[in-house]
Amino acid sequence: MTAAPKHAPKMAQMTIAQRLSPYAPVILVVLLMLFGLVAIPSTSSWLTLTVSGLAMGMMIFIMASGLTLVFGLMDVINFGHGAFVSVGAFVGVSFLLLLENMTGASSLALNLTAMMVAIFGAMAATGLMGWAFEKVIVKPVYGHHLKQILVTMGGLIVVEQLIIVLWGPEEIYITRPEALKGAITFFGAAIEKYRLVAVGIGLVVFLAMRWVLQRTKVGLIVRAGVENGEMVEALGYRLRLVFVGVFIAGSALAGLGGVLWGLYQEVITAHMGNQSMILIFIVVIIGGLGSVEGCFIGALLVGLLQNYVAFLEPKVALISNIGLMVAILMWRPQGMIPVVKAK
Amino acid sequence: MLSTILSGDMPRSRILAALLIAILICLAFAPFIFPGVRSVDTAARICIFIVLVASYDLMLGYGGIVSFAHTMFFGLGAYGVALACTHMGRGFDALLVGSIGGAALAAVLAFLIGLFSLRVRAIFFAMITLAVASAVAVLVSQMSGITGGEDGLNYKIPRELTPAFKFADEKIMGVRMNGKLLNYYLIFTCSLLLFLFMLRVVHSPFGRVLLAIRENDFRAESIGYRVVHYRVAATCMSAAVAALAGALYAIWLRYVGPDTSLSMEVMIDILLMVVIGGMGTMYGAVIGATLFVLAQNYLQGLMGAASEAVEGLPILPELLSADRWLLWLGVLFILSVYFFPTGIVGRLREGKKT
Repeated sequence: MTAAPKHAPKMAQMTIAQRLSPYAPVILVVLLMLFGLVAIPSTSSWLTLTVSGLAMGMMIFIMASGLTLVFGLMDVINFGHGAFVSVGAFVGVSFLLLLENMTGASSLALNLTAMMVAIFGAMAATGLMGWAFEKVIVKPVYGHHLKQILVTMGGLIVVEQLIIVLWGPEEIYITRPEALKGAITFFGAAIEKYRLVAVGIGLVVFLAMRWVLQRTKVGLIVRAGVENGEMVEALGYRLRLVFVGVFIAGSALAGLGGVLWGLYQEVITAHMGNQSMILIFIVVIIGGLGSVEGCFIGALLVGLLQNYVAFLEPKVALISNIGLMVAILMWRPQGMIPVVKAK
Repeated sequence: MLSTILSGDMPRSRILAALLIAILICLAFAPFIFPGVRSVDTAARICIFIVLVASYDLMLGYGGIVSFAHTMFFGLGAYGVALACTHMGRGFDALLVGSIGGAALAAVLAFLIGLFSLRVRAIFFAMITLAVASAVAVLVSQMSGITGGEDGLNYKIPRELTPAFKFADEKIMGVRMNGKLLNYYLIFTCSLLLFLFMLRVVHSPFGRVLLAIRENDFRAESIGYRVVHYRVAATCMSAAVAALAGALYAIWLRYVGPDTSLSMEVMIDILLMVVIGGMGTMYGAVIGATLFVLAQNYLQGLMGAASEAVEGLPILPELLSADRWLLWLGVLFILSVYFFPTGIVGRLREGKKT
């Protein structure tokens, strides 16, 4: 008879590293901000840069969130997402130009109303376009990544060209609404008002999105669909409808991002969507494809890093985001917050 | 004999064979059949783009990998030649060093990108290459001290390849025997050799494994092939050939700039050529590149005429104006992905079977 194997259970506590690991991405953001505080000589310029980094991050997040959800839910990768950004910007700016007497007035209420009109107009337009895009372009190529990439890229080309047909090939310069021009001073740091508004809108969108995803029935179905779509369908939910809804919402958000981004840059071109796609992809990859939280944190990281590096070493700023992506993929190859797929 | 040269890949369709032979003859005697600066320039461009598109097809059609960095590799080769010519003086050694240096750098870069992204998921590759390529394009236009920035670089190539050099006084069929002619035939020969090399690669055992991976990577892995190794190798090879095509382009144009060799527009052109010609066949690259370059050079004029013809109608002239030709190609692109996923070549070959 052989002796029973020695088995002595131990009560081992999780090490600190293990406990912190789920929060690592958030800690990374804080660390990056601290790094900025140390590296940038004056605190006031650090504050300015941090706010503009956060604003940029929020705008990228708004643009990217739809893309990551669409991928998580239906495994559809939409290279034409940038088209919604451009269309959103053009529609929104057209509204703002129409409402010139409202944006030109110095009353904050009138300005904000004009902006709201522009934003909702743009979101409605891009949402509608998203619906059509899904029907015409994406639907026939489900489950085929290669074709999806090619076809959505083709869609992007066509939409870009149509924008040029409708609005002309020249870039359009715009000015921000009167009350959002200029900066306020806070602890000696000049902070542009518009950036604060962008941060505010970004936070609202993120919190609303989290609320919908975590607290509502639809959110539950979406999250379950990301994790295991077949199971959700087996339970009798029409995932296809949910998906179309998410696609429309994602496109509308991209349109909102487009308006904000256009006002941030104060110039819009038909190619701006294509250009923003680069940042969007970096954010989506480092966040983990399909994860909204990862996308949010990734966007903040990209926005902050870009602003800090642009201040410290302007030449390196261009490749800092690529460097960040490489570093994060080495650390977690599936992105910071990988989505667990039950497949 | 013919079968050996073509690596056993016969056209398998009469129309296709006729088209290919026609293209070959036209390109081989382009300076004599179509004299004139513009048409010879178009012919050289077709040669170079055939190689470029074929190398892209090795990745897309055979490896099933979508890359948006192909212009970056193309540009590396072009800038390699440009920089070598600027710093080493005019001479064939500079051309050689530039091309090989560019190709080697492209292969190394492709290896690094592949290592990072192909290890995880093939679709990461598409996004990461898009990001890297745009970063490189911005970098090149920023580092104006080395690369000439947005203006690009003008440089001298060996005298034997320029119009100033005459090797025979009399004209043959009205064509001057000058260096430009030699230059064209250098481009043509190199392109032909590179194309036949690509054809050889895709019909080698290596190419077969790539096809297997494209069809079902999981099964290929189970049989015992290291999928990642094959994908990375295909990427590197494709990048090196693209860089050589870029080097040829630089030799032909005697100029490099971000717009001609690095921009996203060139990338979209390549995509259109591959898809319209036919993914997964090297002959697709020939047909696609020829059609596309011809369209690029001559369709615009046609569209301009059409736009004038509908003058006065609402919006139609706008849609048909010569600058909007990319719109129609985009539509054609989407339709061809849906309805002719095998492109023109695939269609022609299928037609024969039924």
